[in-house]
Amino acid sequence: MPRLERRPQPSARWTWLAPPLAVLVTMVAGGALFAALGENPFEAIRTIFWDPLFGEFAFYYRPQLLVKAAPLILIAIGLSLGFRAGIWNIGAEGQYIIGAITGAGAGLAFYPMEGWFIFPIMIVAGALGGFVWGMIPAILRARFGTNEILVSLMLVYVAEQLLAKMALGLLRNPEGRGFPGSRNLQHYPSAHNAELVANTGIHWGVVAALIAVIFAYVLLTRHLLGYQIKLAGQAPRAARFAGVNPARLVLICLGLSGALAGLAGMFEVAGPAGQITIDFNVGYGFTAIIVAFLGRLHPVGILLAGLLMALTYIGGEAASSTMQLPMAAIQIFQGMLLFFLLAVDVLTNYRVRARKTEVAP
Amino acid sequence: MSVTRLLTSAALALGLASAALAQDKTKVGFIYVGPIGDGGWTYEHDKGRLAVEEHFGDAVETVYQESVPEGADAERAITQMALQGADLIFTTSFGFMDPTLSVADKFPDVKFEHATGYKAAPNVSTYSARFYEGRAIQGHIAGKMTTSNIVGYIASYPIPEVIRGINAAYIHARKVNPEVEFKIIWAYTWFDPAKEADAATALIEQGADVILQHTDSTAPQAAAEKAEGVITFGQASDMAEYKPRPRVSSIIDNWAPYYIARTQAVMDGTWESQQIWHGIDEGMVEIGEITDAVPADVKAEALAMKEAIATGEYHVFTGPLKKQDGSDWLAEGETADDETLLGIDFYVEGLTAEIPQ
Amino acid sequence: MSLSSIDATLLLASLIVAATPILLAALGELVVERAGVLNLGVEGMMITGAICGFAIAVQTGSPLVGFVAAAAGGAALALLFALLTQVALANQVASGLALTLFGLGLSALLGQGYVGIKPPPTARLDLGPLSDLPFVGRVLFSHDPVVYVALALVGAVWAFLKYSRAGLILRAVGENHDAAHALGYKVVRVRILAILFGGACAGLGGAYISLVRVPQWTEGMTSGAGWIALALVVFASWKAGRVLLGAWLFGGVTVLQLNLQAAGAAIPVEYLSMSPYLITIVVLVIMSFDKSRAPGSLGRIFHASQ
Repeated sequence: MPRLERRPQPSARWTWLAPPLAVLVTMVAGGALFAALGENPFEAIRTIFWDPLFGEFAFYYRPQLLVKAAPLILIAIGLSLGFRAGIWNIGAEGQYIIGAITGAGAGLAFYPMEGWFIFPIMIVAGALGGFVWGMIPAILRARFGTNEILVSLMLVYVAEQLLAKMALGLLRNPEGRGFPGSRNLQHYPSAHNAELVANTGIHWGVVAALIAVIFAYVLLTRHLLGYQIKLAGQAPRAARFAGVNPARLVLICLGLSGALAGLAGMFEVAGPAGQITIDFNVGYGFTAIIVAFLGRLHPVGILLAGLLMALTYIGGEAASSTMQLPMAAIQIFQGMLLFFLLAVDVLTNYRVRARKTEVAP
Repeated sequence: MSVTRLLTSAALALGLASAALAQDKTKVGFIYVGPIGDGGWTYEHDKGRLAVEEHFGDAVETVYQESVPEGADAERAITQMALQGADLIFTTSFGFMDPTLSVADKFPDVKFEHATGYKAAPNVSTYSARFYEGRAIQGHIAGKMTTSNIVGYIASYPIPEVIRGINAAYIHARKVNPEVEFKIIWAYTWFDPAKEADAATALIEQGADVILQHTDSTAPQAAAEKAEGVITFGQASDMAEYKPRPRVSSIIDNWAPYYIARTQAVMDGTWESQQIWHGIDEGMVEIGEITDAVPADVKAEALAMKEAIATGEYHVFTGPLKKQDGSDWLAEGETADDETLLGIDFYVEGLTAEIPQ
Repeated sequence: MSLSSIDATLLLASLIVAATPILLAALGELVVERAGVLNLGVEGMMITGAICGFAIAVQTGSPLVGFVAAAAGGAALALLFALLTQVALANQVASGLALTLFGLGLSALLGQGYVGIKPPPTARLDLGPLSDLPFVGRVLFSHDPVVYVALALVGAVWAFLKYSRAGLILRAVGENHDAAHALGYKVVRVRILAILFGGACAGLGGAYISLVRVPQWTEGMTSGAGWIALALVVFASWKAGRVLLGAWLFGGVTVLQLNLQAAGAAIPVEYLSMSPYLITIVVLVIMSFDKSRAPGSLGRIFHASQ
């Protein structure tokens, strides 16, 4: 049986080779799945990976890729900073929901007034909402040492209940004939997060995601805080000697990731989604965790991983719609892709060696 | 802004034209909110789609997309269908309302049909069913058959559609049984089998021997089957596997005639935007077989009521009726207008619970 | 409003039934976490168990065989997770989330032919005179066998972790895998076994929903029970006895909420529904002062070469 040996440094070659390898393996395994379902595997794979980018309707799908990827990237960037420092926020979904509620709420408070200042206020409110929701586990961890993985996860459920309460109560559209759901912000120009350039899919959330990528890159490579984050993750004890205040780091990382998730929620509700509904959240906060790891917690990696993830969503939907593949098969396919991407990562950090006869220690 | 619109339409129209050339069949698309395998709401819409295929054979091609989340993803799914050359698209959930209108704006040549909504456009129709007509018949059977005088009602969300159903059932149960009491549970879900089963169990344990449900799974039927002497009614689909007891009848959403008629209209070029609300008369609301568990005379009365509703002889909401707070709603012989019914947010007199806010 | 219409006996009896799926799944996850592994794929394993159990029970006509198949199905999915995290050393949080996605898809695909079918009934266990006892007879002694299996499992897990040598090794692995490795324990092997056990338990819990509690198959029917099970483990501060308590609390809140509504009480449903999670957070904070905290190696990747 082969044996794994840790590399002193992550292999640069495999860092670049592993993801395409995983995609390739997924295509083979997924193709087999589609073939077993009686579909043409080549057509299915082409529909998922090729058509959205270069097919007949790419002019529509390419912008949609940005729309779908933006919240994933925005959230994943925030999460990656914490993950690098060993601070595990897995409740981004909750922060995303709260950001959407506070952002939409701030906008709707002004309805039907128009003004340039409304959208900036919504941005601040959305970020603040996510920030506050992220600070709950942060303060509990910093003050009492409470496990932030679990507190942040619990707060997702609380946020979901609050969302239902808001959609049915406070934020319910008074002109909506009693149906749950807020007014549609797309029909409220001052609050609408519209496309900045027509047919590009680029809205403020996409811009924010790009800024976040650059910001995180600079932070991690050029700034003392970035150094502290990396140090705290790799060698917690050394970090303490180096004067890193762990409590402060927890507050910064969770606060920052909460604010970014809140922003993502706000941009989504004011733009593509349009309104607060009971089922407003579709799991971006959880998917972003996967994106963060697929991107190896590196800002550029996250950018690419977010786009890849968006591609499987959009291509998968296309395959489901044009080939009448069941959505279940698409979900399995996505699951496979994630498995393989996670699995090949081992090649980056470890070297596979044929096992030698070992002497018992 | 206008430049933006122009560009959008041009780009999309270009895509549309090239797609439309590829085929001469009429292409009908369906957007579903749940999986086809939900056994309820989406399942019935898909039966409608299959009926369209069967009726027109090679003259049509149908496509569908299941489990489409409401919001941004819905808009993309609908656009995708329009881009691929669909001539007519049915969007089958309330939450698809705004996305449907927004896509329809960009594809003026494609016809859209949105279920259960209230916003229309020159190329967007809305259609919905008067399920409350079926509720009235259920109420009648429930009032006659309950021995504990307690009827349990599993409601989904406090929206007009559901409140209307509760009122319709209650009015007709009380008419034949003044002692009847309704116990209402808001499940805050359309579909959660475990929760629905728990809700049914809770109602049965509190003495209900009739369970009405406005949620879509068969879980309450299964829960009732385990208890002695409880009857239920199928919701959305026939739920025939629970015949003859506990399921004694059902309200079936029968979309097939409408889907066939609208497809025909598109083929003939006679399609026009409309807002319809069809009931038993048009066959959109179907009353599933009333089983022998219902006494013959009750069954006869129920069928007579169905007939009277279908012919328009009888309106389910006919005065004198008071609101829950005792104020007057409908005078003797007066019937409720559709506008009031569509936005109804109050209970009728006699119901003791409160509508949650 | 008349709260008198709520029958406490029946309420407690249905509470026990409502608690059983999450109890089973949480017990499995408890053992996994005690071994130092965080598997967030409970929902995926539960729903896979639900369809495997349902399909096999329908095919064979035997609920018992169905439950065995459910455990096997859950464990099979867990094996994927074990391969990823223990052999390929992938991140556990991401792998668990991917597992849930995969399980939901897989179950929907497997279940396509099983919508609208009734499974063979699972009989109540006849406990003779015990079932006729007033109050306790209805509350405790008139359930189906799985309820008792779940209760027995609570005791078994508790005893295993506290008294058995294997349980001690498992805890050692979870607390400090490097030290356990240095002592010569097979960290990876112990963890893989724990993960498989967790999968089997989650599968059983899922099948309890599809075969007993509902009983039918519909896509996505576990609707979040797996996530509640995860919360439950934390609430219980990784102790088997407290898992039972927590399952009753979490299951109880739902049942109580529905019963209060049926009795006509105007209650804020959302606030009641979020209460178990808030309580869990409070418990977590209190536990932070306590020595009963999370297993030391929870969620960390182990590689023997260090």
